[in-house]
Amino acid sequence: MNTSVAVSHHHGPASGISRWLFTTNHKDIGTLYLWFSFLMFLTGGCMALLIRAELFQPGLQLIQPDFFNQMTTMHGLIMVFGAVMPAFVGLANWMIPLMVGAPDMALPRMNNWSFWILPFAFAMMISTLFMDGGAPNFGWTFYAPLSTTYAPPSVTFFIFAVHMMGISSIMGAINIIATILNLRAPGMTMMKLPLFVWTWLITAFLLIAVMPVLAGVVTMMLMDIHFGTSFFDAAGGGDPVLFQHVFWFFGHPEVYIMILPAFGIVSEIIPTFARKKLFGYASMVYATASIAVLSFVVWAHHMFTVGLPLAGELFFMFATMLIAVPTGVKVFNWVATMFRGSMTFETPMLFALAFVVLFTIGGFSGLMLAIAPVDFQYHDTYFVVAHFHYVLVPGAVFAIMAGAYYWLPKWCGNYYNETMGKVHFWCNFIGVNITFFPMHFIGLAGMPRRIPDYALQFADFNAIATVGAFIFGFSQLIFLYNVISCIRNSKPASDRVWEGSHGLEWTVASPAPYHSFSEPPQVK
Amino acid sequence: MANQAKHHRTVTGLVLGALMMFGFGFALVPLYDVFCEITGLNGKVDLVQAEPSTFIDHSRQVKLQMVAVNNETMPWRFRPVSSMVELAPGEMHQTAYLARNLTEGFMIAQAVPSVSPSEAAPYLEKINCFCFERQPLKGQEEKEMPLVVSISPELPEHIHTITLSYTLFDITPEQKAELAGQGRSSL
Repeated sequence: MNTSVAVSHHHGPASGISRWLFTTNHKDIGTLYLWFSFLMFLTGGCMALLIRAELFQPGLQLIQPDFFNQMTTMHGLIMVFGAVMPAFVGLANWMIPLMVGAPDMALPRMNNWSFWILPFAFAMMISTLFMDGGAPNFGWTFYAPLSTTYAPPSVTFFIFAVHMMGISSIMGAINIIATILNLRAPGMTMMKLPLFVWTWLITAFLLIAVMPVLAGVVTMMLMDIHFGTSFFDAAGGGDPVLFQHVFWFFGHPEVYIMILPAFGIVSEIIPTFARKKLFGYASMVYATASIAVLSFVVWAHHMFTVGLPLAGELFFMFATMLIAVPTGVKVFNWVATMFRGSMTFETPMLFALAFVVLFTIGGFSGLMLAIAPVDFQYHDTYFVVAHFHYVLVPGAVFAIMAGAYYWLPKWCGNYYNETMGKVHFWCNFIGVNITFFPMHFIGLAGMPRRIPDYALQFADFNAIATVGAFIFGFSQLIFLYNVISCIRNSKPASDRVWEGSHGLEWTVASPAPYHSFSEPPQVK
Repeated sequence: MANQAKHHRTVTGLVLGALMMFGFGFALVPLYDVFCEITGLNGKVDLVQAEPSTFIDHSRQVKLQMVAVNNETMPWRFRPVSSMVELAPGEMHQTAYLARNLTEGFMIAQAVPSVSPSEAAPYLEKINCFCFERQPLKGQEEKEMPLVVSISPELPEHIHTITLSYTLFDITPEQKAELAGQGRSSL
């Protein structure tokens, strides 16, 4: 525990703004990613609250339908590409070198680039709100011809913003793969890698496989809009359904990009607070890999109602249901890890437990949606909204929160305020369920998604959901306050931080020194 | 340094992979058509002139329904001369669609066919079709657009009715832009 604390031969960080602009240090870049994603989380969250405020009562009160559509679109894009993905990349930057015993990421200069592209991409995307014709209003899935023939002029800026995010993600993924494959400490074999590292390795391969396809599909849109091609225009021999096929070929692996690292975080936290080794390590690795492979052959379950032939409906239905098998293996392993463990319930563990329960609920509603004949009823209703928010908010976001609380003492050397953390957790847990659980019911009753007004019978559940959304949204300020006070001054943390912690990242000092593992540690 | 060489190899491979996937995104466009063609899914009809069949199967009759649809704001009047006909498989049938440009200005249209049930799509053979060409009409001009079809005798026995639907698209703005572009390049 003591010999591997690296002695720094280098100078510490530069001072002032240039430290952050020119940094190539994985910890600095990880911090930048995390703060950026939190800023985007609040931005996208404000849009969500505007949506929920409008839906508090039937009728139009606050905003016009076109602006409502811009809000749903921007909320989705910002949360997916601005909040969840950069948060995972930030955690990867901070933790992967510490977990594999590497001095830094493999390609530090490129690391700086992959972060600093993002603020420009999102500045460009958000600037469309102030343009003539408004921001993109066609939904985050930007189906053609809504996003081509009928798109506002700002769509071109949207396309370039997506290109930049894609380049950033691909560079980040390349960096992570190179770090994991080439910079492991001696003795750190592949099957000794912490699960967070394993899930990120697989996620990075998914990113490299599908982000270019997203770049391709927006390029086709660009050509249809400006250069007279007809990829998605039936009059010129194209096909709008082609757009959906290519988009979801990207889109389905994308949803696993947003959940596999979450699996990794939870697989780190549960063993720590259950004070037991993770149950079924190898099966976790194989389950993650099979989920990743299956994600490439299920895309058309998003399109059951476009007129697929029966053979297609059946194939995509059964392939989708097959994914429940490796996912079930994971949930089983988490529960088995806790079985007869000496559990304590610190904030990271609470978030991880809520993740397991609520993500499973989201997984079950996903199974319902996978049944093609049933999906004809659920398609484009609030049931779908309930489903994907259950897997993304108490799924991905709770895992990120859990990870943030879990590693925060290692990052800044102080413990956060545990009571405040628990208050934050319970506000989140209650808020999320009040927001999204009623959406199952209004969805089954037939309320369509992406509408600013609705029939009177949906009024009560919508009002309840809005109350929950405001609880969830404003409770993030507790988190912000807790993090800032943890950085400023708080009880100093020990190197181990948690009683049951395990792994290389806990062998360095708290806070983690600016340069760690300059001499590679020995892994037994 | 050994690490630099290793990184170089890893990065080269991954960048090539990303570029390949970018290409694959575009390759999906023809692949998608090829897939539909092989499997006969999607009711996609190939816009290729078919050879007339020599064998006529008089043992059964198939109903051929013809439908005309205007895409969104397309202002033409567009309808089939006859909306239904009974045909023996292999028999050649000559009919037409009527189009009238109800506006005062010159317009160009393109008709896109679709066949239902999609299983029947490969067996509906168009010997001559107005959908093979763009249809320019001056203001208030009317035109009878010829269509010669036959149903292949290999049509599965359980199909008794086939619907042939044409959707008429207004492609005037695109065509004008293309003509202007050609004008510039020929100068």
